Amino acid sequence: MTMSLGPYTSFITTSYAAVAIVVLLLIVWIAIDYRTQKARLRELEAGGITRRSGRGATDI
Amino acid sequence: MTLIDLANPSRFLSLTARVLPWLAAATVILLAVGLYQAALAPDDYQQGATVKIMFIHVPNAWLSMFVWGVMSIASLGTLVWRHPLADVAAKAAAPIGAAFTFLALVTGSLWGRPMWGTYWEWDARLTSVLVLFLMYLGLVALWRAVDDPSRAARAAAVLTLVGAINIPIIKFSVDWWNTLHQGASVVRMGGPTMDRAFLVPLLVMAVAFSLLFITMHLAAMRNEILRRRVRSLQMMQVSQPHAT
Repeated sequence: MTMSLGPYTSFITTSYAAVAIVVLLLIVWIAIDYRTQKARLRELEAGGITRRSGRGATDI
Repeated sequence: MTLIDLANPSRFLSLTARVLPWLAAATVILLAVGLYQAALAPDDYQQGATVKIMFIHVPNAWLSMFVWGVMSIASLGTLVWRHPLADVAAKAAAPIGAAFTFLALVTGSLWGRPMWGTYWEWDARLTSVLVLFLMYLGLVALWRAVDDPSRAARAAAVLTLVGAINIPIIKFSVDWWNTLHQGASVVRMGGPTMDRAFLVPLLVMAVAFSLLFITMHLAAMRNEILRRRVRSLQMMQVSQPHAT
């Protein structure tokens, strides 16, 4: 089955592409931020800095 | 589990770790169903195939206002109840809300060109949504400019609550002023005026985008809690330099 978008193809596909790109960028940014914070916590823990509770920095 | 139980960041992180995979899976499934239904939806008798832009434009526009609503409730949590996760929730939501508002503006513009003959018009609906986008950017800048999260939280909470006045202005702008933008056709007194062939995919996409927001918001809140943990440990490191 093919979908015909007529003379408006460029407007429709650009809209869907814009949404896909921005949502993907958001997801990637959140994932990179998570890895960065985890890595910093591990680094601090390796340096002997621990939480007042005594639990590991990366522990929940 | 009550709201007060979630005041414990560790408990919140544990809950997030359990629900995030399920939320992500539900989002992907619902987005796939919504996109499939949107692809099969017929052309509108007036707008032709451009009606397909509605299935992404409207959920983004709804979420642009909904996210500000979430941030407003979180701001009350910061100022009134001093809930420890309230400003974490508000701060994490702002960039996501900004992205949804940006997409509402871009997709609206791309829909407007073939239907109205222009990408942009300084009418009440478009201008008030642009103001919302600028307010999101202002809040993100404020949080980045102030180093101490608790100081930034109070200022941001006040600004968010003041900015909430823009939400009813956006919603009712099409009723209060003459605008190029069409009036409400789903959330209105007397029920939706839209045909089921468009309404069902639109609602599925709206739920899918709402799930997408909840998933990204919880993940961003988790990151913010970890960032604050890093900050407090770095401050401990400065106060006990022998530890390194």
